[in-house]
Amino acid sequence: MEILPYKIQIASIFGSLIFMFFIFRLIVKGKLREEYAIVWLICTLILMLFAFWRNGLEIIARMLGVYYAPSIIFLGAIFAIIIFLVHLSVVNSKLQKQIKELAQELAILKNKKENNS
Amino acid sequence: MRIAVIIPCYNEEKNIGNVIRAISEINKNAVFELFPVVINDHSTDSTSQIAMKEKCVVLNLAVNLGIGGAVQTGFKYAVENNFDMAIQLDGDGQHPAAEIFKITGPVLSGNADIVIGSRFITGEGFQSSFIRRIGIRFFKHLIKLFTGQKIFDTTSGFRAFNRKALEIVAAEYPDDYPEPVSIITFSRHDLRIKEVQVEMKERQGGRSTIGGFSSVYYMLKVFLAICFTYFKKDKK
Repeated sequence: MEILPYKIQIASIFGSLIFMFFIFRLIVKGKLREEYAIVWLICTLILMLFAFWRNGLEIIARMLGVYYAPSIIFLGAIFAIIIFLVHLSVVNSKLQKQIKELAQELAILKNKKENNS
Repeated sequence: MRIAVIIPCYNEEKNIGNVIRAISEINKNAVFELFPVVINDHSTDSTSQIAMKEKCVVLNLAVNLGIGGAVQTGFKYAVENNFDMAIQLDGDGQHPAAEIFKITGPVLSGNADIVIGSRFITGEGFQSSFIRRIGIRFFKHLIKLFTGQKIFDTTSGFRAFNRKALEIVAAEYPDDYPEPVSIITFSRHDLRIKEVQVEMKERQGGRSTIGGFSSVYYMLKVFLAICFTYFKKDKK
């Protein structure tokens, strides 16, 4: 009974470390803007926190009066995912607006250039 | 009086030549001067080349923006180049150029900031399909609710703008299905809207952007867009 939880603990610590490394690499390579990386770094830190602090989940669950502790993870994770998806939609809308304005500007400029030459 | 005639086009190689020539014809006996401005919304056919052979301005968009973004490009061009007025007219030939006199009238006389050419006031000419008419009636009631004004043909893309209205739409214009939604924008800026009866033809070629299965989705989207536009805060 005691050996199994340690296995999963080691797995989660390794998992979150690999994830963190992956995020760092993306930032260093310039494939991920720091702006968005912050969210992911915070996520990994939270993962790490609970991977090391095994009783933490139980304690928080008791504080909130949650009967089945792991369900807090699901609640938290789903909540975070939804927030992040909304954030992405906002970013996407902003990009779309900027592309529209660029395309319009470009069309007008191209015309101006043709007239001058 | 210089008037920009904004013609948004997407794959209209069959119609665009005739549309531009018809506008040039009008210039011969008008007090104003019409300048056709073709906005080629990244067509995959030879719309752009055909338009460039005619006497007109062609603005080629590098990506497909959809009708709202395309028309707005024309508005921006008209504002930048100091046009006194603008007319919006579809590139598919369903708005006869001769009807331009009817929609410019109230703007020229200073009775309206925006004139919408309508099919439905007296019911002459081409009347559109049954399902489309239901949608148009639905929007009519919705827009009445939000603006308190009765607009019969909310989806008409045949419009005239004075300089004041032009500056507003150049800065703010809806992207998707802009015709019904833009009426809310006009009303939020207290522009005087007037509707006049015009005769329209069935499209001369090409395909309509709305129809069939997507109609319900279209109505839902426009419904939401109208509601949200009403509550949108003015950018100061």
